[in-house]
Amino acid sequence: MKIPTTRILIYLILVLFTVFYIIPMYIMILTGMKSFSEVGLSTMWNLPRSLNFESFRLAWLGSAKGGFRGLSGSFLNSLWLVIPATIISAIFGSLNGYVLTKWRFYGSDLIFTMILFGMFIPYQSIIIPLVLTLQKLHVYGTIPGLILVHVIYGIPISTLIFRNYYITVPTEMVEASKIDGANFLGIYRWIIFPLSTPGFAVAMIWQFTSIWNDFLFGLIVTPNPASQPITVALNNLAGSYIVQWNVQIAGALLTALPPILVYIFLGKFFLRGLMQGSLKG
Amino acid sequence: MRLKRDKLMPILFIMPSVITVGVFVYGFISWTGFISFTKWNDVLPNYTLIGFENYRKLFANMRFQIDLRNTLVFTVIFVISCLLIGLLLAIFLDQKIKSEGIFRNLFLLPMAISFVVSGVIWRWLFNPGSIQLGNIGVNQLFEKLGLNFLTCGWYTDPKIGIIAVAIAAIWQFSGYTMALYLAGLRGIPIELREASAIDGADKWQIFYYIIFPLLRPITFGAIIILGHISLKIFDLVVAMTGSGPAFSCDVPALFMYDTTFRGNHFAQGASIAIILLLLISLLIIPYLISTFRKEA
Repeated sequence: MKIPTTRILIYLILVLFTVFYIIPMYIMILTGMKSFSEVGLSTMWNLPRSLNFESFRLAWLGSAKGGFRGLSGSFLNSLWLVIPATIISAIFGSLNGYVLTKWRFYGSDLIFTMILFGMFIPYQSIIIPLVLTLQKLHVYGTIPGLILVHVIYGIPISTLIFRNYYITVPTEMVEASKIDGANFLGIYRWIIFPLSTPGFAVAMIWQFTSIWNDFLFGLIVTPNPASQPITVALNNLAGSYIVQWNVQIAGALLTALPPILVYIFLGKFFLRGLMQGSLKG
Repeated sequence: MRLKRDKLMPILFIMPSVITVGVFVYGFISWTGFISFTKWNDVLPNYTLIGFENYRKLFANMRFQIDLRNTLVFTVIFVISCLLIGLLLAIFLDQKIKSEGIFRNLFLLPMAISFVVSGVIWRWLFNPGSIQLGNIGVNQLFEKLGLNFLTCGWYTDPKIGIIAVAIAAIWQFSGYTMALYLAGLRGIPIELREASAIDGADKWQIFYYIIFPLLRPITFGAIIILGHISLKIFDLVVAMTGSGPAFSCDVPALFMYDTTFRGNHFAQGASIAIILLLLISLLIIPYLISTFRKEA
């Protein structure tokens, strides 16, 4: 059997791109597992001779002697930040999506478009008033303050995700229950909410990943190292000249781990969120 | 009575979000706009209005001029490469490829990772090394493969610094464009291709006359999304290079951060933010309006 050359070429190019996409992961995992004696920059591409997790230990715990903080504290900060922010913004998204698809009123499409705009703005354009407001509310520099920020600026995307999901729920079901005398809350409680699991999965996974990966808000809202999220702590770790590069790379892997695990185990929902961020309806 | 309540409840429930977005998006943008017209270029607020003075200074500023040029170069390279790579990979994956799922998942994996993480890794990969160390990172890889002509200074070279950053961004986002195109290709009814094949069209003609025109809305959407990402780019630059030699990797978002939060020039920083917002609005507002029109 002869395989046509075009097919070989296609596979070759696909493999080539695979290399491009996985090289950074390869370096991350490889470097993290090398012992300090063999992590030299000039042997970056060599396979480790033995397994050693010292880099991870240092990136996680830091080193009093080396004079740098580990990422463990900020890893927990990120966790305490992401969990409530994700749940709250999903609840907002669900209610908004419900209203915007099943209880449309004059101007509701305009409201949706106006909310959606908030998803695209550069946050630089709101950050100065935001800092001033958070200071007034006495939550500047705190994790609750950062949760508030993520909930607020998560409203557009979570509304979009739920709206796109509820559009697929037949409106006849809602109309029929209206005739049967069910009211706004009753329909949500007994019809829409029980059907919402996929919507919540997509919205929460999307929010989990994007809040975990956020850098700008963390950088500006929580300047204090004790309440910093992990991306900001990683940037500090990696920007420090006293931290060896293998510790920086191990720190990068620790930071990337939760979203990567989500991607591996719940990739289907992640992908759906990804597509909805760009394609409407 | 019941009818009235049924009209009221939905509005009552969406109001908190509407008010929040109203204040924190539209209100704050106006506030930033106001600050950009004031004299507040010190730690303490000073709301004396000075008209467009901050904007005049901004456009006369060398760093900002470099930033605009960098943004243009970055956007063009980033958007076009993502579209081409994305389309190519999508078409290839659509050819009944074995283990398509594995390829697809690997191509998309970078999307799940924070810009800060990729910035840290690419900083080391694009580290050009030194005389003592010799070639390291990607340069060393090229050397080992006998591709010495490809070695260069990457982000340490003022001429191509911004391109190095663009490559990292392409690494992160081209898989996403692939996913968009693949979804588009899968949405094209197979009958349409078969019918044209029966009519005697060859593979290229089918692509050119049937498939590409049908993918046009996806290309349009992808340009908007990628374009607005590239105008906003910040995290990646901070983690990977910072401003770079002679601001060769600098971007407006980073300039805004430095000006405002390191230099305490709040009004000047606000003016950069407003210009950034205007540039992004030029892309996004027509897109939102056209989506809104379609649905109304």
